[in-house]
Amino acid sequence: MAGRTFAEKVLGRASGNPKAKAGEIVEASPDLVMSHENTFLVDKSFSEFGLDRPWDSDRIAIVLDHRTPANTVQTAAVHARIRKLVNDYSIKRFYDAGEGICHQLLVEERLVRPGQLVLGTDSHTTTAGAVGAFATGVGATEMAGVWATGSLWLRIPETLRVELSGHLQKGTYPKDVALRIAAMIGPSGADYKCIEFNGSLIQDMPIAGRMVLCNMSVEMGAKAAIVVPDAVTKEWFRGYDPPVKAVVSSDPDAEFERRMEVDVSKLPPMVAGPDKVEISRSVDKFEGVGIDQAFIGTCTNGRLEDLVAAAEVLKGRKVSPSCRLIVAPASRRILVDAIDMGVAQTIVSAGGTLLPPGCGPCLGSHEGVLGPGEVCISSSNRNFRGRMGSDEAVIYLASPATVAASAIEGKIADPRRFLR
Amino acid sequence: MSNKPRIWLFGDDVNTDLIIPGRYLDSYDPAHLASHAMEGANKGFAAGVAEGDIIVAGRNFGCGSSREQAVIALKRSGIQAIIARSFARIFYRNAINLGLHVIVSGTADSVFKDGDSAVLEVEAGTLASIDGSKMAALDRIPEHVRVILDHGGLIPHIKAKLGKK
Repeated sequence: MAGRTFAEKVLGRASGNPKAKAGEIVEASPDLVMSHENTFLVDKSFSEFGLDRPWDSDRIAIVLDHRTPANTVQTAAVHARIRKLVNDYSIKRFYDAGEGICHQLLVEERLVRPGQLVLGTDSHTTTAGAVGAFATGVGATEMAGVWATGSLWLRIPETLRVELSGHLQKGTYPKDVALRIAAMIGPSGADYKCIEFNGSLIQDMPIAGRMVLCNMSVEMGAKAAIVVPDAVTKEWFRGYDPPVKAVVSSDPDAEFERRMEVDVSKLPPMVAGPDKVEISRSVDKFEGVGIDQAFIGTCTNGRLEDLVAAAEVLKGRKVSPSCRLIVAPASRRILVDAIDMGVAQTIVSAGGTLLPPGCGPCLGSHEGVLGPGEVCISSSNRNFRGRMGSDEAVIYLASPATVAASAIEGKIADPRRFLR
Repeated sequence: MSNKPRIWLFGDDVNTDLIIPGRYLDSYDPAHLASHAMEGANKGFAAGVAEGDIIVAGRNFGCGSSREQAVIALKRSGIQAIIARSFARIFYRNAINLGLHVIVSGTADSVFKDGDSAVLEVEAGTLASIDGSKMAALDRIPEHVRVILDHGGLIPHIKAKLGKK
C-alpha cells in the first residue's frame, strides 16, 4: 500500500477516518478557526440556529484587521458588535484593531501548530501552512455552520509537490519565487489541491519566507499549501508550550498527483501585472513604467524581513516626488521591532508613510485608495482590476525590495541596482 | 421569475473584485451589494439583470477572496444559477451554502452568447435555448452538495440535522 500524503493524514485524523484517501469527502473537525471583520456575517448566520454559543470558544480566534482603525461609521458599528460577541461567547483569542493581520497573528502568536486543521474566513488562510498546518479558507456561513456543529465537509485534496532548488541571488526573495510559480501554473493550476513546497531552498528559508509561498498559493487556486515541516518549524515553537514533539509530513512513498521542479538560481526579481497574478515576468520587462503609489505590507509581505529589505534599498535615499510610498507592518510586534532596529526611521526619513498594522490599502477600503488612471506597485498578493480603489487604476505586484526601488525612481525599477 | 431568463456570459478567472470590490463592503446590505454586482466585469449588469437570469462563464469563476458578499450580490440580483467550466473552491462552497446553484459545464460558455435566452433544467442537466436550437449538457451536481441545495442552503440543512438529534 502506498504511503499517505500530509493532506490525507491531517484530514484523516481530523475526521476520525485514518485510512481516508485523496478524493474522499470527510466530515472534519477543525482544531482552530479564525475570522476577521466578517465575524459579523458569521454571527448573523450563526444566530439563525438559535444556539446560545459556539461549539468551542477556545478554538475560535478573531482578529480585526481589514478596516482598522475603523474607516466608516458602519465599520465602527461592526467592530463594536464583534467586541460584544467576543465578550458574550468568552472568546479569549481576540485581537483588536492595531494588533495586526489575522494570518500574521495566527503564526506569530503560535496559535497554529503543526499538523492542525485550521479554517479561516479569508482566502489567505493558507499562509499558516508555513508552520506545517493544513489551513484553508471558507466563507462566513460555512464558518457559522462550524460554530454550530464543530465540523464541516471537506474533500481530501490531491497533492502538488513543488521541489525548489538553488539559492536566491541578490535582490530576489520568496515573493519572486511565488510569482515565478504563478506564471508557470496559472491562476487555477493548483485548483482544489494541496501544494507541498520542499527542496534545498526550503532548508535555508525562515518562517517569514515560507509564509509568502503558502500565502501566494491561493492565487494559483490551492486549497491549502505547506512547507514540508523540518527543524526550522520545530525551532519556531521552541519555548512555547506544549513542546512540538513531532510534525506531520507526507510519507516518502505517498502518491503525489503532480510534481514540479523549480531552480531559483537564475531567478531575477519578478513583477506581475496588470490585472492578473500570472502575468509575471522579469523586472526588466517592466522597468520604466511610471507609478503613483508604492505599497509595502499585507499578509504576503508585511513582515520584519520585508521592512528590512525595503530599508536596505531606501537607506540614504528619497522617495521620488512623483509617487507616494506607504508601508503597513503586518503586526504590532513587527512595528515595534522595526522601530527598535531603526528600520521604521529609515522608511519614514526616506519619505515613506507608515500605516498602523493591518490590511490597509490591499483591499481598497481605505488608507491609500487608488484614483482613476493611477498606477500602484504593491507587495501584496492580488492585482485584480478595481481591488485597491478605482477600476481604472492599475496594480503591479513585486517583492518589497522591488517596490522600494520603484518608489525611489517613481517608476518600476530593479532593486539590484540599489543593493550593495 | 422571467419566463425568458437571459444569459450573462463571462470569460475565465472572473475574480471576486470584479464581482464585488472591497470598496463596497463596508455595508452588508444585500440590496447595496447587488447594486454594484459584476461592476468590474460588465457595467450594465446590475441595471439590466432580472430575476431568474443565468450567468455562464469559463474557468475558475469566483477566484480570489473568500468574501461571501460576492454570492450575496449575485443572488440578490436575481441570478438563479451560475454555469461555468470550473469554480474557485471557496466561491463554490459559498454559493451552495447560500442556496445558489453552481453547476459545471464544459460547453455552455461556447454554445451560448451573451444576451441569449435559455431555460435551465437542473434535473435533466441541460441548459437549452427557448427554440431548442442550442443546448449544453451540465455535469451532475455531486450528492453531498445536492443535499445542501435541496434544503435551500447550509443554514436550513444544519437546522434539519440539529432538529433530528
